[in-house]
Amino acid sequence: MTAEPDAQGTAPARQGQLAEFWYYFRENRGAVIGLYVFVVFVIVALFAPLLAPYDPTEQFRDHILKPPAWVQGGDWAFPLGTDPLGRDMLSRLIHGARFSFFVGIVVVVVAASGGILVGLIAGFAPKWLDSIIMRLMDVILAFPSLLLALVLVAILGPSLTNAMIAIALVLQPHYVRLTRASVLSERTRDYVVSARVAGAKLPRLMFVTVLPNCLAPIIVQAALSFSTAILDAAALGFLGMGAQPPTPEWGTMLAEAREFILRAWWVVTFPGVAILVTVLAINLMGDGLRDGLDPKLKRS
Amino acid sequence: MIRYLLARLLTFLPTFLGVTLISFAFIRVLPGDPIIVMAGERGLTEERYAELVRQFGFDQPLPVQFWNYLTGVLQGDLGTSYVTKRPVWDEFFSLFPATLELSICAMIFAVGIGLPAGVIAAVNRGKLFDRALMSTALVGYSMPIFWWALLMIIVFSGNLGWTPVSGRIDLLYFFDSVTGFMLIDSALSGQNGAFTSAVRHLILPTIVLGTIPLAVIARQTRSAMLEVLSEDYIRTARAKGLSPLRINGMHALRNAMIPVITVIGLSVGTLLAGAILTETIFSWPGIGKWMVDSIYRRDYPVVQGGLLLIASMVMIVNLTVDILYGLINPKIRARK
Repeated sequence: MTAEPDAQGTAPARQGQLAEFWYYFRENRGAVIGLYVFVVFVIVALFAPLLAPYDPTEQFRDHILKPPAWVQGGDWAFPLGTDPLGRDMLSRLIHGARFSFFVGIVVVVVAASGGILVGLIAGFAPKWLDSIIMRLMDVILAFPSLLLALVLVAILGPSLTNAMIAIALVLQPHYVRLTRASVLSERTRDYVVSARVAGAKLPRLMFVTVLPNCLAPIIVQAALSFSTAILDAAALGFLGMGAQPPTPEWGTMLAEAREFILRAWWVVTFPGVAILVTVLAINLMGDGLRDGLDPKLKRS
Repeated sequence: MIRYLLARLLTFLPTFLGVTLISFAFIRVLPGDPIIVMAGERGLTEERYAELVRQFGFDQPLPVQFWNYLTGVLQGDLGTSYVTKRPVWDEFFSLFPATLELSICAMIFAVGIGLPAGVIAAVNRGKLFDRALMSTALVGYSMPIFWWALLMIIVFSGNLGWTPVSGRIDLLYFFDSVTGFMLIDSALSGQNGAFTSAVRHLILPTIVLGTIPLAVIARQTRSAMLEVLSEDYIRTARAKGLSPLRINGMHALRNAMIPVITVIGLSVGTLLAGAILTETIFSWPGIGKWMVDSIYRRDYPVVQGGLLLIASMVMIVNLTVDILYGLINPKIRARK
């Protein structure tokens, strides 16, 4: 629980909070499993070049569409088989983790920092500015997110970077709304009033006094948008509007594999499993974070 | 109540204006000259170029252009497709029934399974069924639906041969569209097997599109039910000796429905976003595929018009949900 009135929190108090958080997080078994899977995913992403048996773009022309090793015709040199160009599936999947991780991190950082800033401004701003900001967010939210991202990528040109920008922009209003709502409920609390009376200036009030106490729901949202970002980036890649071949991005791999679905199940199955497992692990973790951080929902 | 309605409508207008502004801006922030893009590779003479600039009103100041666009939109003029030369409005409404039919079926699938599943899970809280269902729901919620669609095709179309891979009906059948809904049209046509064919084409897209809403509805129903089941009046009902069915079905579910209805209403945006992927994979001729194809073809007036229509639709549905919510829930009504 971070919603202690004393934002400055002494070190032992912090430790106590952490212990309490961990206590609730650990109670949720799914969340702990999710955390383990996520840690594995991060390690794979960070050490991909060391872990992958081959270069993800290396083509073995004599081993085109090899099935996985345990299937008849498979070869342990290519444990998960090869794709239509003879590239090792396992190496491509391992390198794909890098892209998904990268997308998740960048999108969350961009969307959250932008969203929190705008949300803080909206929460502290005079009513007219607040209204303008919130109507603007309503406008963005009126478009289905994937559609808006698609259109933005059409404007910016298809690439992974542009896909990330588009997804971050689309996810950002959620942070604005969350931050603003928390700010509005915190702003009238005694500790904020006393900080104001003590002469704290607006930036200090915003970032030092109020923001730390609004973070709980934002952290949960960050976990959720991490998985949304991975899903949407994969969807854009699948539609040909994200990472471009031969990038071993999971969604792009699926798009390339589409025409082989009835002949070579493995080229379609494994990238999807990778996306599903990663997203599921993060969502499980998100549930645990909510249990640990959000006192209102605790034990419900 | 009237004040609540008015207040809600008042926030609708600026949002609508903003959405219109975004779709107006879309065509103007594209890299490259839209007129040259439109002309394709054939090239343009200078006179023809000037003529087109005048025809599209690009020679006027931006505020005037926006005003013309806005008044055009309000009169149902959304421009003309570069590719088919048909008005965007007509294209949208000839394709919309396909998306609507698919979305309705997906929603029936999602609510039909998700609602009872959520109720049963809540009533059996902590038991095996509850845990199994919630795990399944989380998997469904995390599903990359484009991959899910491919898996379904591999299993049900490839291995089992039960369902077709794409389209709305077999090419064998041909009849005029009366309602635009294939299920109704095929039944009306009286041709043998047409209706069955339409149903078989619908099954996989329905399941794929309905998966995420199903997971969301099941989770939401469960948590809403859990909240209601801990209320005092439920205990009173139990103490009165009412049957569990009556308590869960009548007392609890009715009150748990309020947040659930909101979720169902808000799923419209999810459905439309899902329709983009589902329709592309199953070659379903609806507005999702139409938008994607138009983006590929650089048919910008269609993208622009489609964006505006889809966003307006989402907004109208959200507004309706809000108003209904106000009607159902007296707490909200009283606040304003």
